Amino acid sequence: MAGLAVPTWDPETALVIGTILLEAIVLYAGYGGLERLLGSHLMQLLLGGAEDAR
Amino acid sequence: MLDSLLAGLANLDTSPEMLALFVGFGLVVGVLFGFFGMGGSFLVTPALLMLEYPAPVAVGSGMAFVFGTAVIATLKHHDLGQVDYKLGAIMITGTTIGIEAGRASVYYLESLGLAGGIISIAYVVLLGGVGAMVTRDALKNDDSGGIDHEAADKDLDEYEIPEMAKTIQRTVRIPPMVTLRGDVRVSAWVITAVAFATGLLSGFLGVGGGFIRMPAMIYAIGVPVPVAVGTDLFEIVFSGGLGSYLYGQGGGVDLGIVVPLLFGSALGARIGSAATAVVNADGIKIYFGGMLLIGAIAVGVGEIGSYIGNPALELLGLVLVIGAAVVVALAILYTTISSLRMTRREGAAAAD
Repeated sequence: MAGLAVPTWDPETALVIGTILLEAIVLYAGYGGLERLLGSHLMQLLLGGAEDAR
Repeated sequence: MLDSLLAGLANLDTSPEMLALFVGFGLVVGVLFGFFGMGGSFLVTPALLMLEYPAPVAVGSGMAFVFGTAVIATLKHHDLGQVDYKLGAIMITGTTIGIEAGRASVYYLESLGLAGGIISIAYVVLLGGVGAMVTRDALKNDDSGGIDHEAADKDLDEYEIPEMAKTIQRTVRIPPMVTLRGDVRVSAWVITAVAFATGLLSGFLGVGGGFIRMPAMIYAIGVPVPVAVGTDLFEIVFSGGLGSYLYGQGGGVDLGIVVPLLFGSALGARIGSAATAVVNADGIKIYFGGMLLIGAIAVGVGEIGSYIGNPALELLGLVLVIGAAVVVALAILYTTISSLRMTRREGAAAAD
């Protein structure tokens, strides 16, 4: 393995890297959706609720 | 092909405890990355080395994790218009050659049985050096090291090119010259040299190289801070992807490590970047510098433990490196919640 190597096509490795790429995109979209859905509720929970602020 | 991947996922050779550890560690690393814009990834490889993964697996999986994290961060910076695709495209060539040279060095050292030790020493020097620099700057209340959140909010036109970059732009005028975002005009060779040096580091240590590349882009090329951050991440997508692929061909990418780390870090990065809107980074920068210094000591202690065959020292090293990262992440979360509560109380008092 030592020495400079030119990358060759390896479907199994490409699938592994593709899996990581797909996971990253799914997580970006999924956590983004969760943030929009639950973000405000979570903030209220963390900050002690809207009532406490009044 | 799919069968082999599914079989690999089903038999990740990772216990539930380790999965939980990786998700938790990923969360911590993500908070740090999201908040400081750097410094998360280079805790992963030393931690994996201390968990006694072989050097190519520790570096390869660290790099695959960097790749996944960069994809997520680039999507966000693209939305904010902070990616210079021309600069990124030029950098890819230099970085690719650098990464391949770094990766070849790891496998060569591995064949000599020296990879783990030399990579650990490189980490001690690197973490110690960057840690000392960030701590010194934090004590001086300087703005360098990590993302300057105020500078990141400025328009690109308002950004002032550092003197060093101006000097390089005036003196190194080897064609082809390229014009970048923010009206920066620089030789393509300067860009390629910066890319090669940081690529070499990435390939050798399995890091994104952002903590070197970002200052290099700002001070050597003269790119505005937000564009340097966004373009650095875009470039890591390609360099990290290629590096992961090359390591993956040698069996160096372990999905049992990368998948749970990424699961945690994607959430952590959202929390960390949201915290930047609330907390002044200068107040926490000293903790970050301290964390890097403790990381350097931890890797050194772990390596000594491994050398003299003392498992207690190896465990101490691991606890130190993870503990330091956890403490800084908790400090960010605590300060964020405290700041938000104070703002809310002040708002309520003003309304009364």
